[in-house]
Amino acid sequence: MAQTKQKRLIVRTSILVILVVAIVYTIYTSATKEKVEVLAVGDEAPNFTLVDLNGEEHRLSDYKGQGVFLNFWGTWCKPCAKEMPAMDRQYEVFRSQGVQTLAVNIAQSDFEVQRFTDQYGLDFPVVIDRTKSVMEAYNINPLPTTMLINQDGKIERIITGEMTEQDIASFMEQIKPD
Amino acid sequence: MNNIICVCGHENPEGTVLCGSCGRPLTEEAENQKLVDMRYEGTARRSQTFNKSIVDKIWNFFSSVKIGVSLIIIILVAAAIGTILPQVLYVPATGAEDIAAYYERVYGTFGKLYYELGLSDLYGSWWFQTLIGMLGISLIVASLDRVIPLYKSLKKQRTRRHESFMKRQRIFGLGENQLGEDTWTKSEEKLKELHYHVKREDGAILGEKGRFSRWGPYINHLGLIIFLFGVMLRALPGFYVDETMWIREGETRAIPETPGYYLKSEEFILETYDKEQAGEVFEEAIDRVGTIASNYQTDVVLYKKPEDALPGQTDKLEEVKKDSIQVNHPLKFEGFSVFQMDFRLDELRAMHFNLSNKASGESLGEISIDLVDPEKSYDLGNGSKVELLGYYPDFSGFENGEPQTKSPVPNNPAFLVKMTTPETPDGETSFVAIKQTVEPLGDNAYKLEFQNVETRDISGLTVRKDKTLWILALGGLIFMIGVAQGSYWNHRRIWIHETKEGRLAVAAHTNKNWLSVKKDLDAVTEVAGLPPYTDQHDLEASEEKKDGEKSS
Repeated sequence: MAQTKQKRLIVRTSILVILVVAIVYTIYTSATKEKVEVLAVGDEAPNFTLVDLNGEEHRLSDYKGQGVFLNFWGTWCKPCAKEMPAMDRQYEVFRSQGVQTLAVNIAQSDFEVQRFTDQYGLDFPVVIDRTKSVMEAYNINPLPTTMLINQDGKIERIITGEMTEQDIASFMEQIKPD
Repeated sequence: MNNIICVCGHENPEGTVLCGSCGRPLTEEAENQKLVDMRYEGTARRSQTFNKSIVDKIWNFFSSVKIGVSLIIIILVAAAIGTILPQVLYVPATGAEDIAAYYERVYGTFGKLYYELGLSDLYGSWWFQTLIGMLGISLIVASLDRVIPLYKSLKKQRTRRHESFMKRQRIFGLGENQLGEDTWTKSEEKLKELHYHVKREDGAILGEKGRFSRWGPYINHLGLIIFLFGVMLRALPGFYVDETMWIREGETRAIPETPGYYLKSEEFILETYDKEQAGEVFEEAIDRVGTIASNYQTDVVLYKKPEDALPGQTDKLEEVKKDSIQVNHPLKFEGFSVFQMDFRLDELRAMHFNLSNKASGESLGEISIDLVDPEKSYDLGNGSKVELLGYYPDFSGFENGEPQTKSPVPNNPAFLVKMTTPETPDGETSFVAIKQTVEPLGDNAYKLEFQNVETRDISGLTVRKDKTLWILALGGLIFMIGVAQGSYWNHRRIWIHETKEGRLAVAAHTNKNWLSVKKDLDAVTEVAGLPPYTDQHDLEASEEKKDGEKSS
């Protein structure tokens, strides 16, 4: 009798555990679905290649061993415009320390982007994602969004919204290669 | 754990009402009843057998039908509440703030409360899904707890039952055996003719048919569980995609959630019924409404990027196929379907201007500004040119003297231009917007005169993939099989016994449709000379009725 009782306990426990785990997992995934972060901190940053305003190709994997400060933006987005000059200043500080800055414009015309970079005197490479495929791969929703990618090509942090110059400096510090 | 040992020697688990083997009542309550409760054959539901560890307590909680029914009622009420106001999904606002504002603006304080309580996204809320999950557990546990003992009990039922079991059946009769030994053979023959499975032993016959109808409710539950499982799978990546994309004529866009597919829109087509051609069928309707759309169509080219290509690399796209997406004719590829869902006509694509002398009206030529890819400078060839200094696709006003754009969409294009002509070699600066021209550096001799626009259409497409559909269909099918099985077949049993005194006892039981089992028994009685029976339920009911009359 003790044996059947033991067996019953095991059977019941395992059935309940399986069901509860399945349900909790389902609820968890559907609850977090809205902010689908297909990409999460610690994930490998998807590789991509885009062409900048000077016709130069930038491939993320070329920057392996360096930190990459990857910023998604648009000319119409005011917080993007606000943080650009600060990003440019910090780019000058950190580029020699192995932190690359790359700004990805979302499918705007060469003219608009060129004019914007001229106006703000930006020195870091600005690439245009014409088919929004990089935006899709990184699941960018609000602009600006910034991805901190460390020297191993892993995502260190995802920042949505405007950053202050202080923020930018500390983020670049964070992905500085050893 | 105490087992109950019946007089017949059979060992029954605690909680059993009727002995699993001979059918003797085992509880005082059952003994005092005139009719036995045949639910689950009087077996102990597994949950009742013992109640000790915490796991057993949880198990018993979910095994309870009361809990199951309560869960269903709670879910029904909650689901009903979710229909009072439109859910977030159907509200024309995006972003948490806009949505909150929308509810308050349109539905007032109640709307605000509704939103803040999270009822605006009720079906996606964790607590609603938890309730559904609990219902799922309840279905599984309650079914297991009942179907296993029921199966065992029906499998090992004996042909001969105890007299006390027979006596407590709803249909029961006792009398003399008129045909002697013959009665057994004739009963067996007749029962077989009526498609009963007959078990016969010395002085006892059990005729049984339609036992599988007893599994109906459990098959039904199985279908529901499969259905819920299918719904659950939708939350997992790769099983379910439901995305929208807007694509303009001429654009190539990555298709969301697909592995490296791109779509190019060649053209959006909106056709209406022609009164002449549609003839009588639509004539009246066309007269009444004006125009009736006959076709919404987007001509597309599907591309796939090569295996080794990276996102952003669009120069090496491989064409997969050309297709026309129409309503109900989606573009299909690799389990995905792209449906025609929506459209917007006539978004600005290009603007044409005349460079003309304000005083004389003389034109120096025309320029066309591509609003998607404007150029830096437009040369008119006769020593005149127009340089573009700024482009504001969705002009929203000036801020510190600087023109602003509120989106990248050319809803309200504006340009800052420098016009150079042989007459004005230093150039004149002008800000040109729709219905507005500003000359910031003083009066100009020349102006850009708006001529006309080119437009293009935008297609709204839905990208869908549903790998759970067949699971849902299977669940639904099994559900219906269970319903049919339990509804259209009945489990009928007829017992014929010789008592110790040498008399004949008959009893019958069915899970539904008592009239039919009586008809069957009548037929057997006629050929085998069985004693007449009474429906003790009727007796009980009429006695109760009498009691009721007395007391009133």
